[in-house]
Amino acid sequence: MSRRRTSGTADAGRHIPWSGAVLLLVVGLYFALPLIATGVFSFWEGGTRYGPSAYISLVHQDALWESLWLSLRLALETIGLSLLVLVPAVFWMHLRVPRLKSLFDFISVLPFVVPPIVLVAGLTALFHGPDWFVGTPNYLVAPYVILALPYTYRALDVGMRALDLRTLTEASHSLGAGWGLFILRVLLPNLASALAGAALLTIAIVMGEFTFANVLLFNTFAVYINYIGQTSATEAAALTLLSFVITWLAMLGVLLSGRGKGQAQLGGAR
Amino acid sequence: MQQAASAGSGAVVPRQTVRQFVSLRRHWGTVLFIGPFLLYVLAFLLLPALRLLAQAIGDKHGLTLRYVAGLAQPQTVTAFSNSIMLSAVSAAVGLVLGGLVAYFMLRPGAPAGLRSLVTSFSAVAANFAGVPLAFAFIATLGSLGFITVWLKRIGVDLYGAGFSLYGMSGLTLVYAYFQIPLMIIVIIPAIEGLRREWREAAQSLGGGSWAYWRHVGLPILMPSLLSAYLLLFGNAFSAYATPYALTSGNIGLVPIEISNVLSGNVMLEPQVGAALALGMIGVMVLVMLLYVAAARRANRWSGR
Repeated sequence: MSRRRTSGTADAGRHIPWSGAVLLLVVGLYFALPLIATGVFSFWEGGTRYGPSAYISLVHQDALWESLWLSLRLALETIGLSLLVLVPAVFWMHLRVPRLKSLFDFISVLPFVVPPIVLVAGLTALFHGPDWFVGTPNYLVAPYVILALPYTYRALDVGMRALDLRTLTEASHSLGAGWGLFILRVLLPNLASALAGAALLTIAIVMGEFTFANVLLFNTFAVYINYIGQTSATEAAALTLLSFVITWLAMLGVLLSGRGKGQAQLGGAR
Repeated sequence: MQQAASAGSGAVVPRQTVRQFVSLRRHWGTVLFIGPFLLYVLAFLLLPALRLLAQAIGDKHGLTLRYVAGLAQPQTVTAFSNSIMLSAVSAAVGLVLGGLVAYFMLRPGAPAGLRSLVTSFSAVAANFAGVPLAFAFIATLGSLGFITVWLKRIGVDLYGAGFSLYGMSGLTLVYAYFQIPLMIIVIIPAIEGLRREWREAAQSLGGGSWAYWRHVGLPILMPSLLSAYLLLFGNAFSAYATPYALTSGNIGLVPIEISNVLSGNVMLEPQVGAALALGMIGVMVLVMLLYVAAARRANRWSGR
């Protein structure tokens, strides 16, 4: 890919024209104002009084912490299950059956074609039990793996393309390692930075996910924010900021792990 | 001769068995390593979608087009036209504003640090959607939001003038918050792919800035812009959490109607819900096919 920049108007000097500056300013305001307003609003205590009472009240809500932990647990379970299902499959495809690559690429865009609300409708039509499966919040992990699939697959695909899988497998087999040991001790460490990016993006997606949890009636973080929004606007503003910080930290991690440059990284929480 | 042939054929048999054994092992490896993944996608993506299809075109009396025909009722027609309109307009807003921001940011005269600021903020904002985004806008431009109240104090009555955050205009404004950043992220490589030589060639032939964009820049960018637009369209079309939280589920969009059917608080039959869902898949498949075609065109220029 060419790293050369475009020269907008090479002869028009080294400055952004005023029209561009105005545009950047207006767009910047558009993005900053909701965050500022939310921040100020979260400290509003009615009338002209401002203080941290919304935050203090939130800290004491056990249901909030439960929903936050639930979302975090679901995120970790999603990462675990994604890797369990995808790492062997993508590895084997690259090593032995590269002709399946186009099938894998096709499957990885399917989650875009089937929007979350459609998938949840399909799941409720298809699965009515057993209770240990559909009756606990862990059920959500099943569709969350599908939501994260495009990003996890792409990270693994790019990561493994950069590795000489044949040499690595032959070397580890000649030293007596089986497949399990090979994947755990050789493959995963080599993919660490690719996996870190995918895992953080999964966290961002699952922490904000609302569609599945709301329709299937599980009390995750996003569902709790929506619930609080019905009763206390200032507390909802505080949680909105918290949610922004979580997204920000996750995306900072993605950028730092070096996988986010110029790629379309979009989550599934819309 | 005879002996050699028989010895040869004798050697062939075990070799074939070995080969069969190896291919069987390889086969087993493929089943063991790739099988679970395919089964997973089948169980949690394909079968649910097929179940909807079965529900939409049949019931206990056999095949019927009654439910698909039910999509023609005014409520669902409004939902589809609203959804398509909202996606089309918000994608256009994202395309124009995001494209311009990316263009100005990548110009040589842009302040140092602007690019990394914009790209890293875009990565966050493109993922900051759903319920929190809705509440951020309610705190800003809701009927009691900060800007609304402040504007009222200086004599501008937004809601009196017909604006509502909870209607289509408001939704477009909110959607722009994740559409613009997504546009910036996806269009940067295309804008960077414009070669300086093309611009210089246009200038040496006497073309100004306008002529360059009219005859060179935009035509080259067109496939990329088109594929970006389709991505934004699909992005908005499948959005559910943002409009739900913003309007408490009181707006006629396809995803909202589907969720209303699922929670049983409308008069629509479940099968019509399935037909709605199927219609959504239909639109998304069309968008995806066009996207793939446009992206293939775009890659031809960037030489990837």
